[in-house]
Amino acid sequence: MRFFLRRLGFYLITFWAAVTINFFIPRIMPGDPVSALIAKNQGRISPDAAEALRTLFGLDENMSLWDQYVQYWNLLLHGELGTSFAYSAPVADVIAGAIPWTIGLVGIATIISFTLGTLIGSGIGWRRGTWADSLLPISTFFSAVPYFWLALIAISVFSVTLGWFPASGSYDRSLVPSFSWEFISSVIYYGTLPALTIVISSISGWILGMRNMMVTVSSEDYVTVAQAKGVSERTALFGYSARNAILPQVSSFALSLGFIVGGTLVMEIVFSYQGIGYYLFTAVAAKDYPLMQGIFLVITVAVLFANIVADFIYGVLDPRTRQEG
Amino acid sequence: MTIASPIGHPQRLAPASDPVLEIKNLSVDYGYDDDPVHVLRQVSLTLGRGEVLGLAGESGCGKSTLAYAATRLLPPPGLITGGEVLFTDRSGVKTDLLRLNDTQLRASRWQDMAIVFQGAMNSLNPVYRIGRQIADGIRAHEPKTSQKEALERAAELLDLVGISPDRLRSYPHELSGGMRQRVMIAMALALDPQVLIMDEPTTALDVVMQRQIVEQIAELRDRLGFSVIFITHDVSLLIEIADRIAIMYAGEIVEDAAALDVYNKPRHPYSSALLHSFPPLRGPRRELIGIPGSPPDLSRLGGGCPFADRCAFAFDACSKVNPELVFPNVPGDDPRRSVACLRHDPAAVRAVGEVPLPVPAELSLS
Repeated sequence: MRFFLRRLGFYLITFWAAVTINFFIPRIMPGDPVSALIAKNQGRISPDAAEALRTLFGLDENMSLWDQYVQYWNLLLHGELGTSFAYSAPVADVIAGAIPWTIGLVGIATIISFTLGTLIGSGIGWRRGTWADSLLPISTFFSAVPYFWLALIAISVFSVTLGWFPASGSYDRSLVPSFSWEFISSVIYYGTLPALTIVISSISGWILGMRNMMVTVSSEDYVTVAQAKGVSERTALFGYSARNAILPQVSSFALSLGFIVGGTLVMEIVFSYQGIGYYLFTAVAAKDYPLMQGIFLVITVAVLFANIVADFIYGVLDPRTRQEG
Repeated sequence: MTIASPIGHPQRLAPASDPVLEIKNLSVDYGYDDDPVHVLRQVSLTLGRGEVLGLAGESGCGKSTLAYAATRLLPPPGLITGGEVLFTDRSGVKTDLLRLNDTQLRASRWQDMAIVFQGAMNSLNPVYRIGRQIADGIRAHEPKTSQKEALERAAELLDLVGISPDRLRSYPHELSGGMRQRVMIAMALALDPQVLIMDEPTTALDVVMQRQIVEQIAELRDRLGFSVIFITHDVSLLIEIADRIAIMYAGEIVEDAAALDVYNKPRHPYSSALLHSFPPLRGPRRELIGIPGSPPDLSRLGGGCPFADRCAFAFDACSKVNPELVFPNVPGDDPRRSVACLRHDPAAVRAVGEVPLPVPAELSLS
């Protein structure tokens, strides 16, 4: 238990450091958002509006850096992330609207990819040197293809030519979002193609990683001992070989979970899928600082959170890491 | 362990009429291509019931390969190319382990023959508690046993090897090397096997632990009556624990005799050289002589005796014919011992048209 508490303490400190850096970076950068906004609109906003804008963005008060910092934390803990320029809505609302889509689609795709890839990798590694090894180059080919190209080809084949799946969007726009079966099936239908391209492009890494670990672990003495004990093939494969081979996979999985939030920019642009990546892209294009800052914060927290989860899973899976150092 | 003089249980040769394991003409190749390396060539070995058989030889002579092949655990690219491994169960029924199908083999493993491996450090699955690992083996063969019963038996087994049963809930990394090897021994004894193969079980341990483990094995053998094949390169250790010693060289057995006979009156030049490569603790001072040269490349063996190049007693015939195991050409020797040396086999020498030479004094001590 102490192991978990200590890890938790470590992550709290990391979180504090990340948020603090997120607070200071915009303040160290030259220029201020208001003049940037006025400059961007090239005279369409009168300089007289600068004061009003400052008030809107909460920059009007003459506060010391320390007070700003305290206020920043205060607002942050209340879920206040400022107002987006581009969408004229609270950043928190914009992100809250985007995050379920990204986590839902990319999260599920990543979990499918990890599970499938790890299973296939275990199988190939267990029977190394057989025909199964020929699966490797095929899957590696798909991961070597640039993702945007793979996605465009998928759209051109499955949406444009065959017409099986829609080319863009996340659900049928004629439907009203609700928890009805009709809406959910529409979401699944729209999400299939993007999810498929993510799985196909990322599965190779899981297969390869697991296969190689299986080959290494299978030659360990304890696997031979398991065989010598006469345990079933299943137990030897999953209980002894795969159980140890999966450990490095878990840490890669956690890292990839963290990057789900920010790392799927290309997919969301190609498929016009309104997730976090799509908003980040538009925020950068529109120099929407509050939204960018909010999204970065969310990504930071997501990576941290994924690391916590990985650490705990690792602690559960591998007793050696629980040892008090 | 450096030599101590032979102590322990009295030397006895198990009667050949009650074998528990007979390895006959076992051959193993490494490599699937056209030019495999013949690592074991026609090895025959018989283990009597209740006997401790020591298998000694240099690194790479095929000791471990023999153990892995006899249990069909040989990792690729090892391939058993011929021979039989006959196991006789308690009711006297013989089965050839090499001809069992996967299901039968799995059922036979651990139940009939258990193994303790070389690496005490790596033989235990690092992510499971040791109790569970012992229970795993029990439950694989007795599916009706509940996990609780299996763990209770695991506790008894740990007690048997002198480890406190509350260690059941320990992970392997929480145990010392000696404790881990004891756990492995306990695990091997879980199903009361008749044959225990120990592949250098003490190699990774310090000498104090070595002695404890060896004494423990001897004591357990006396209590439980299993047979042991004890593989090591440490001949001095074998003289203490083994009833009989088989010396291996380059994938063949070159001498097979009672432990004390091997120690006091070796008949093969290689056995003799091995015994002279470590100092005795008692007895007169003698010069230590290593064995010149190095073991032959198994992929480049000619037709002659593989030891000929390093042998002080080699003569012309040695490069022409590979000797087979015969009764030593020394009057008064134990009739059950055998040696593969042309000095003891005048008939084979004459068969290739050479003149036999007498057995040198070093190889005919009495």
